[in-house]
Amino acid sequence: MRPDPELVRDLRAALGPDAVLVSAEACAPFECDALNTQRQRPDVVALPRSADQVMEVLRACRRHATPVVARGAGTGLSGGALPVPGGVLLVLARLDRILEVDAGRRLARVEPGVTNLGISLAAAPHGLYYAPDPSSQVACTIGGNVAENSGGVHCLKHGLTVHNLLEVRVATIDGEWLVLGSPAGEAPGLSLLPLFTGSEGMLGVVVEATVRLKPLPERVELLMASFDDVRRCADAVGRIIASGIVPAGLEMMDAPAIRAAEAFVRCGYPTDAAALLLCELDGLEHDVQRDLESAEALLRACGATGLRVATDAAERLRMWSGRKSAFPAVGRLAPDYFCMDGTIPRRHLADVLERIAELSRAAGLAVANVFHAGDGNLHPLILFDAGRPGEVERAEHLGAAILELCVAVGGTVTGEHGVGVEKLGPMCTQFGSGELEAFHDVKRAFDPDGLLNPGKAVPTLARCADYGAMRVHGGKLPFAHLPRF
Amino acid sequence: MDRDNTAALVEQVREATARGTPLRIAGGDTKRFYGRPIDGLPLETRGHAGILRHDPAELVLTARGGTPLAEVEARLAEHGQRLPFEPPHFGAQATLGGTVACGLAGPARAWAGPLRDFVLGTRVLTGDGRVLRFGGEVMKNVAGYDVSRLMAGSLGVLGVLLDVSIKVLPLPVGGRTLALDMDEARALGRLAELARGALPVSAGSWADGRLYLRFEGSEATLDAVERRVGGEVVPESRALWTSLREQTHPFFAGEEPLWRCTVPPLAPPLALGGMPLVEWSGLQRWYRCAPGVTAFDAAAAVGGHATLFRHRHGAAEVFAALAPPLVRLHRGLKRAFDPAGILNPGRMYADL
Repeated sequence: MRPDPELVRDLRAALGPDAVLVSAEACAPFECDALNTQRQRPDVVALPRSADQVMEVLRACRRHATPVVARGAGTGLSGGALPVPGGVLLVLARLDRILEVDAGRRLARVEPGVTNLGISLAAAPHGLYYAPDPSSQVACTIGGNVAENSGGVHCLKHGLTVHNLLEVRVATIDGEWLVLGSPAGEAPGLSLLPLFTGSEGMLGVVVEATVRLKPLPERVELLMASFDDVRRCADAVGRIIASGIVPAGLEMMDAPAIRAAEAFVRCGYPTDAAALLLCELDGLEHDVQRDLESAEALLRACGATGLRVATDAAERLRMWSGRKSAFPAVGRLAPDYFCMDGTIPRRHLADVLERIAELSRAAGLAVANVFHAGDGNLHPLILFDAGRPGEVERAEHLGAAILELCVAVGGTVTGEHGVGVEKLGPMCTQFGSGELEAFHDVKRAFDPDGLLNPGKAVPTLARCADYGAMRVHGGKLPFAHLPRF
Repeated sequence: MDRDNTAALVEQVREATARGTPLRIAGGDTKRFYGRPIDGLPLETRGHAGILRHDPAELVLTARGGTPLAEVEARLAEHGQRLPFEPPHFGAQATLGGTVACGLAGPARAWAGPLRDFVLGTRVLTGDGRVLRFGGEVMKNVAGYDVSRLMAGSLGVLGVLLDVSIKVLPLPVGGRTLALDMDEARALGRLAELARGALPVSAGSWADGRLYLRFEGSEATLDAVERRVGGEVVPESRALWTSLREQTHPFFAGEEPLWRCTVPPLAPPLALGGMPLVEWSGLQRWYRCAPGVTAFDAAAAVGGHATLFRHRHGAAEVFAALAPPLVRLHRGLKRAFDPAGILNPGRMYADL
């Protein structure tokens, strides 16, 4: 679609000619985020350098009734930054200044294009760090983290983005500035900061974020336990948490994922194990010692066949490297893979893994499992070959079946990757029309004309009717035998 | 025992919507003093009570809104767990729903986090009688907007909390309270310094020249902390922290209006006259002011905000005013969840 020349003229006047891209070649790199099975070349890309310029872009879009999609580094896994036809892609990467690292007040104030890791690096000289650590932390930006409420491997103890965010300054589509939250940790009125966090660019555009920094822990230990049975490993997860230990990270991998990671980075994983558990403990010297001893005893009692404590920081990083590179490692096993992101109550871990294995066999597609076991957040990786006829559809169906299984046991279709365009269908399984309408009402309170990231995050009721027609065969709900609550 | 009173509550709300009758949501009525005074037909939630699920290994408890807070805490304690934000009860009848709706947290707030951080899911009765379920019982959930956390501290102006799922944490293995004598400025500095460090502080309080610090951890850790921090060990310190949480401490006695100021880290002592009671890491400061004196400007001057927490005489506004774009958003959200404006109208702001 040819962009509206008046809109382009307005944007160029506000941002300068070099900050507005319209040619097909210049716009092509922005046609997808990390969900690269969905592509849409943007008609216009705006690259503002300041908060005021961001506001100018939104005002111009409002004036010309043009949809606008905000994008950080484009590392999102659910297509949240997929351009919309006829719209403007608002790229925030040039707003990349760290405005303030205040060690005394234990906070950092940054522009939205600053990377997640960039904040921790800037804080490190003060003995502080920013806790949420999504695996894309080298590249992903804090603006995107706020939009997705990003997690990572240390959420159980150190929280998600929403737990580490103090204040955001937001430009609205109405052309107004909002300040949500406060460095005091409390602000008058309704709790709008948590409502805004994870809203996937549907409610406003973050131009500045103030985050809480944490002191680096005095001692960190990493325990690796291997099991010859997935169920015993899954049960160990629940036992550790019920014992009163709150691990900084508790990660589980199944046999295909273990073997793929070991082949990829040679991190010392036992390739004959059926399941592997990585348990990181952090805190004060004596407390970590105590938890380490309890965890070792518990894991032995749960039937761990191998147990190893990293002897130094180098070994700890090597042991983590397998887990952190599990996605690309599994990616080497097949031409394509889908990464799912359901979360379930931990007590169903073993049953859900068994059921996923059955579904995988029935679909004739391999699934490797890597997940944040402490949070019950699963990342089944479905392996397929898009070059083979029908295989993409089979993989999508298997993915949908896995997410429906997560909902059926009381979980959610997305723990940390967001809905974007990818999980609009599965959202219809998790929510009824009442909840979806309420979400649309919330959006209207912020964006009455629906110009911000339209069509993402919350499906329309019409879409759900179509999805239901597709998924419900013969009037039977999937997994009708499972309790729903 | 589960008592599901959803149908009757829905019926009452629908009737009120049809007639345009304002409702005053009442749990245990222990925090009626908080917020702007309102009238309205009481909508009693205490008949809607019971703990629905608590599996200690999940670190989640789900209960009906009218469940007594004391019952929830007793259940958790049986399993060596607690509500990490240490909520005030302000009376034996306090309910879980009222606690979440008021969004208040006790001494542990500064280190454990605010109440809203622990709200995982809610089932909500809207002002037009819809029953909606948001969030869930899992730690990580980004499906749909986080309406559950929006409900935390909403004072019932958006909906009635039918069920709440809340994240819980293990009890600490041990605790120790140390007391040190110092003036306000030095105490504020010390609290800020502790907030930056890695010591396992779980509460702080300063009043009348004495700083109290509570630490949690293993015996060995607590011994190490004691050597590093100094001061004297306070015996039977639980009573002290309970008196702060429940405002039975002598500072809170008397009739003078009680102001709560929440300020950013390292904010200087406020220009309000009279000595405050300082809590958390220095971020919550209580003041007794003469009637007619307001703390709004003094708190705003240091980047914080003030709330008239308790008062005898019907004050016009008890919460700090919002910027105009925020006022419009609040009204938009009110319309979305309570189009007829019948739920606790005026409790938070006059027009909400």
